[in-house]
Amino acid sequence: MSARRSASARHLYASLRYNGFGIVAAFLFLAPLAWSVLVSFKPSVEARQPPLPPWPVDGFSVQSYENLAKYGSGIWTYAGNSLTVALATVVASVTVSLLAGYGFSRFHFPFKNMLFVLIISTVMIPFQSILTPLFLILTKLGLQNTLTGIVLVYVTLQLPFSIFMMRNAFDAVPKEIEDAARVDGASIFAVLYRIMLPLVLPGVVTVAIFAFLASWNEFLAALILLTDQNKYTLPVLMAAVRSGQFGTIDWGAVQSGVTLMMAPCLVLFLGLQHYYIRGLTAGAVK
Amino acid sequence: MINSQKIHDGAPIRRKSVRNRRKQFAGLLFIAPALILVATFFVIPLGMAFWMSLHNWPLLGRPRFIGIDNYVRLTQDAQFWSSMRFTVYYTVVVTIAIFAVAFPLALFADKAHRFTKFYRTAFFLPVVVGFGSASLLWAWLLDVDSGLFSPAAEYLGLMAKRINLLADFDTTFWSIIIMVVWKTAGFNMIILLTGLQGISTEVQEAARIDGASSWQRFRRITLPLMRRTIALALILSVSGSMLAFDQFYIIADGGPQNRTVTAVYWIFSQSFGSFRLGYGAALSMVLLVILVFISVVQLRLLRTPEGM
Repeated sequence: MSARRSASARHLYASLRYNGFGIVAAFLFLAPLAWSVLVSFKPSVEARQPPLPPWPVDGFSVQSYENLAKYGSGIWTYAGNSLTVALATVVASVTVSLLAGYGFSRFHFPFKNMLFVLIISTVMIPFQSILTPLFLILTKLGLQNTLTGIVLVYVTLQLPFSIFMMRNAFDAVPKEIEDAARVDGASIFAVLYRIMLPLVLPGVVTVAIFAFLASWNEFLAALILLTDQNKYTLPVLMAAVRSGQFGTIDWGAVQSGVTLMMAPCLVLFLGLQHYYIRGLTAGAVK
Repeated sequence: MINSQKIHDGAPIRRKSVRNRRKQFAGLLFIAPALILVATFFVIPLGMAFWMSLHNWPLLGRPRFIGIDNYVRLTQDAQFWSSMRFTVYYTVVVTIAIFAVAFPLALFADKAHRFTKFYRTAFFLPVVVGFGSASLLWAWLLDVDSGLFSPAAEYLGLMAKRINLLADFDTTFWSIIIMVVWKTAGFNMIILLTGLQGISTEVQEAARIDGASSWQRFRRITLPLMRRTIALALILSVSGSMLAFDQFYIIADGGPQNRTVTAVYWIFSQSFGSFRLGYGAALSMVLLVILVFISVVQLRLLRTPEGM
């Protein structure tokens, strides 16, 4: 009896220790995020003070968001730019990698392996080292300082990961399924769209999430390639605000911008965590 | 159905080979968009970067071929080498710091408790926030007037008066280290976790029955079996840190006294601040060689069989 009680006491102690550590560590990781969101809802005057306590004392206010909205040509221009770039990158990445993944998985053509290795090995080369020529090429193509130009760059940077994911996804689908459909006389695109797409959908979701997060958050290429203020994406705009280009730094407004930038990432991750982690570990396991 | 069956049976060999060739062609068509993108926005720029590095290349006006002059000049560029040294110093410190935090977190998150999944998600959330957002968030936390750390230390009586954390090299440097650890520890935790979960529980159990202490089991079983995963996390962290830019640009603006200017930062300011595009390309080439070298080491480390 007493042995059992001491065992359960030990169990309770171990559980307390485990969760004690967990709660403290979770607090340290979540607190900065929460602090930023909370200060963005303070009235402007209060947001200028150190955030102690972190929550608004004089009642919630959207003043910081109103101030944020006034920067440059209006926050909706920049949020619109960011959203356009991110969604276009998602659509283009999915389309290009879906086709290429299918091609690499199902066809035999000359130099197939060499081309696959060529595309995948571009991850070894830091894109930071080719930004100057990219700038000149986009200028030549008339795409410098356009959202289209930066989307094309982002899609290319995502390609190694996207194509790797999609080829693996197609490899996992048995050949017999599409052979049966082909025998029934369906065209190759009909097979890809109606039969294969639903089967590789998990891979598509993973590719889409990574494309969205990468393009929504990217800073350096956007800073260099988008020179006209009207074309800025959110990170470029907010960095300009932080560096004082729009006058004295309004930290409340900056944090409302940070909240605006973080929100889609957090929502997307929490909603589709499974697909995100799958993409992350695909490289680690292989 | 019957119809197509008949065609199949009756198809002569020659027709089949024509169809095969057509099928080969179709395969190329499928990968064509990807190839065009990689060629236009990666392969050609890469060749151009090298070509530009041999020129005096202003933003406007005619480029002039100068051979290896840019490379000769960069050997005497004190700011470039001090940025390089700083970048390596940062990479070493931040990688050690990330592992010191991520490894315990991975061991913690590997246990099966009721709230483990919640903790794992909490540790991971900063990863999905961009480096730009995270830097803007911490720039505020570090601010001397409206921020959190300095005023909080003053309120708690830890410091007699507020100090500007971004005015001194060491406090700037360590603040950014802490921010990056906060931002990336969860990522490394997940990578290490996949390695931990690949170790069979039977091996651990057998060692436990044989009387091995938990430290011995970690040292003799867990660590050797995780060699490949650790190498992967290490390389990702090293190559990522060698390319650091956002946090130093947004939080510190390269200061104080240009002492937190990283390699990418220096290339950026030479190319797009001073518009010395050729010289910037030569600097890029040096960085590129270093990064490719790291990747080659990575491939070799990863190819060695597990546990050897």
